[in-house]
Amino acid sequence: MIRNLLARPRFANWLYGFTPPERGAIVLGHRRVYIVPTRLGWLFGAALAILLVGSINYAISLGFALTFLLAGVGLAAMVHTARNLARLAISVGRAEPVYAGESAQFRLYLDGRVRYERPAILLRHLASGAQLVTDVPAAAAAEVVLAVPAARRGWLRLGRVMLETRFPLGLFRAWSYVEPEARCLIYPRPERSAMPPLSADSGVGAARAQASGNDDFSGLRGYQHSDSPRHVAWKAVARSDEMLTKQFCGDAAADLWLDWQLLSAELGIEQRLSRLAGWVLSADRAGARYGMRLPGVSISPGRGDAHRASCLQALALYEAP
Amino acid sequence: MSPVPHPLAPELRAVSARDLAGLVAALLIVAAPHAARAPWWLTGLVLAMYGWRVLLGMLQAPLPPRWLLLLVAAAAMAGIWAEYHMLFGRTPGIVLLGLFSGLKLLETRTHRDAAVVALLCFFLIITNFFYTQSIPAALAMGGALLVIVTTMVGFSAPQRPSRANLRTASLLLAHAVPAALVLFLLFPRVQGPLWGLPQDAYAGVTGLSDNMSPGTLARLALSDTIAFRAEFEGEPPPQRLRYWRGPVLWDFDGRTWRMGATEIVPFRAPAGGDARYRYSVVLEPHNRDWLFALESAASLPERARFTADGQIVAPRAVRERQRYDLVSITDPAPDSREDPEDLRRALRLPEGFNPRATALAEEWRRGSGGDSQILARAIEWFRSSRIAYTLEPPLLGRDSVDEFLFDSKAGFCEHFSSAFVFLMRAAGVPARVVTGYQGGDLNPVDRIITVRQSDAHAWAEVYLRGRGWLRVDPTAAAVPSRIESGLARAVPEGEALPLMMRPEMRWLRSLRYDWEAITHKWNVWVLGYDPQRQRDLAAFVGMRDADWRSLTAALFTILGVLMVLLIAWSLRQLSRPDPVQRAWHRFCQKLGARGLERAPCEGPRDFSERAARSLPRARGAIQRIGELYLALRYGAESPPAKIDELRRLVRELRVT
Repeated sequence: MIRNLLARPRFANWLYGFTPPERGAIVLGHRRVYIVPTRLGWLFGAALAILLVGSINYAISLGFALTFLLAGVGLAAMVHTARNLARLAISVGRAEPVYAGESAQFRLYLDGRVRYERPAILLRHLASGAQLVTDVPAAAAAEVVLAVPAARRGWLRLGRVMLETRFPLGLFRAWSYVEPEARCLIYPRPERSAMPPLSADSGVGAARAQASGNDDFSGLRGYQHSDSPRHVAWKAVARSDEMLTKQFCGDAAADLWLDWQLLSAELGIEQRLSRLAGWVLSADRAGARYGMRLPGVSISPGRGDAHRASCLQALALYEAP
Repeated sequence: MSPVPHPLAPELRAVSARDLAGLVAALLIVAAPHAARAPWWLTGLVLAMYGWRVLLGMLQAPLPPRWLLLLVAAAAMAGIWAEYHMLFGRTPGIVLLGLFSGLKLLETRTHRDAAVVALLCFFLIITNFFYTQSIPAALAMGGALLVIVTTMVGFSAPQRPSRANLRTASLLLAHAVPAALVLFLLFPRVQGPLWGLPQDAYAGVTGLSDNMSPGTLARLALSDTIAFRAEFEGEPPPQRLRYWRGPVLWDFDGRTWRMGATEIVPFRAPAGGDARYRYSVVLEPHNRDWLFALESAASLPERARFTADGQIVAPRAVRERQRYDLVSITDPAPDSREDPEDLRRALRLPEGFNPRATALAEEWRRGSGGDSQILARAIEWFRSSRIAYTLEPPLLGRDSVDEFLFDSKAGFCEHFSSAFVFLMRAAGVPARVVTGYQGGDLNPVDRIITVRQSDAHAWAEVYLRGRGWLRVDPTAAAVPSRIESGLARAVPEGEALPLMMRPEMRWLRSLRYDWEAITHKWNVWVLGYDPQRQRDLAAFVGMRDADWRSLTAALFTILGVLMVLLIAWSLRQLSRPDPVQRAWHRFCQKLGARGLERAPCEGPRDFSERAARSLPRARGAIQRIGELYLALRYGAESPPAKIDELRRLVRELRVT
């Protein structure tokens, strides 16, 4: 029931003072910083009570002075602990995509916005328990990377992060929750496997693909956007107004098609995607030109980092949960 | 919540060498004053434990096993039992606390244990105040507190340089001072004790006792300890009249004079007196119930009582510094009232002691017409006796008066008074011994008279019919300089005097006067702050009949205000964005109010160009603002003239 309540924006807003997820720089206003004594804080209080009783019983004036000075230190420590967190601004940077099974590296910037440093601030990712402690320098920002384990492909939202501090005396614990708008793309875990068999309807026949020979001209085909200008049949273009690309026998890998259909349905969606991801990486490493076909998605052949990224993204987001 | 270890949890953070150094430094400061009081073997043991832990920390060696620590603890506790025959008295309790600090340090692995050691330090600090609450002690303990707080800051910020932690700790203590002051002044004080104190709570307090035997006062006179201070309204009486009356001793057993039973009577002020002194006394605790007053008291302090023989006694033993106001007259009119029982008691002597003195007294009796002639002869006898005044009197045998008067011919004031009263009684004149203090040091800085244990004195009172009890000081008769100018002039050179009483220490004394003036203020305002003074202060600020309720209300009100101020301070330090940013922000706001919102992805150049296009009338200003902002924000330099121009343009921008 509480989970349901928390899911309601208005309730969350009332409870946390904000509606997740939050865009832009998040400033921890006073309403959002909670503070309670730690166990050491309670022990400190008990010690003060004993000191006070002793001072009364033995009528020790300096005992009173010590007790009250310590009480003042406790009060000051409370304010100092709260101020160590209050008005801190948190913003997020870009998180580079990773493969499932790795850790998403969420980059967060903690901007102190004050003239004093804010030592020993803990960030804890609530869902995964990932955490780190950092110091925020005076009038500057600290950059931290929160490594959140990425179990499944798709978009990984950062979710709720707790910031906590016990500085300066450890008598109090101040904390706050933030939920910045930040997500990381998680590619399917790539499965290392043999290169795919060439699909029947691939643009290049199996026999020709095997006949190696780098520059044997084998014919013309329609121009595709990713074709190199060097391969454009400029003479033919001059004759016919139609962009044509020269094809060569040796370009066997160029039109490798990584096709969902090549994989048996018995494997299940995730494993098929994993295998496809593994093929993408292998093809990329081999420097091949490759295209990809998924049900409802077709990526025409290409090379390079951007092409690989768009293939992997298509795999990551395929029927994304 | 989750099983992941919490990096801020103290029980998971191992102590560093720096933490240990801080703890041991603090422990050494707070335990050092106890070292002399504890048995030597325990001092050595605790020091060894501190050193051992530091060594283990430096070598990063494993800590000793628990059974070994338990063994050491058991052995040390057995030793303490053997030493004191108890474990929970004041001194053994403190000694135990010191032992525990060493044991706890030896099992300190994490910051949780270290924090417990820090709390132990607080308790060790307060135990020092059982013995002394002087300014130096307070300063030393304040230093220890700074070390402890710095070390505790180090626990929560292990990577931070110690200097930064020291700064944080100083700031915390500085912020604590106002709250501490308010709490000190307004926290409702109750008169302790809340329960019975341990038997030895007031052991080792120096002062006069209820009996006097040869050597008692000479020993006391070697102490520089302050007995009380007196502050006179107007000019204080001269040295020779400053007799501070204390216990009156009646009963003699041949060696020791004792107070015996005393009877509480209604106070009767002596009649007459032109020399009237109004003054207040701040009495140091002496664990006895008598209060000292200049002879003769013409008023009683609040709640004090008066005895038939002229002593002023407090309702209970003076166990904390106490202040009282008095009026005295130094030339009272004769009081001829007599109590036959008292007079009989003042003639009683033990049988068979001091035959030579008895013979001398009987000779005086026979050759005189009355008590006053006997008295005159006795004084004359002492004046010409050439008896030496010394702090190192020779030991006396059974007939102590005889040996003093006729053989050794050297003694301290208790010898003089004892012999004189013996002679008087033997001659048939009622007499008694009065102990107290004589003189005192007038501080030229604050005009306060400080009376030390070294001013302890004993004199005599004799009863003459029609004139009542008269003070006779045989020491003054034999050694006038003692009374005229104090102990230092009276004893022969070369005898060990308390340091401060030596004449060659004049410069030191003047320093001492300044110091004592400060100390007096400290005693009155800090150490002497009690329920009475709290009521006075409350009345002074207009709170009539302040009780704990109104004090608590005032306390919390002021504390609340202080907290608000502290929080306001903590917010004030927000670093303001630079003027260029502020001007740009304002510019965007102005345009935004006009409907020209800057898109999140829109750079300053694009935005100002778009704005200039849609607001042709302000085109020039908007373009200039865009240029300036770009130059100031992303350019290499930012001349103040340009900043001013930007701010002015934004301020004057009209977009309607």
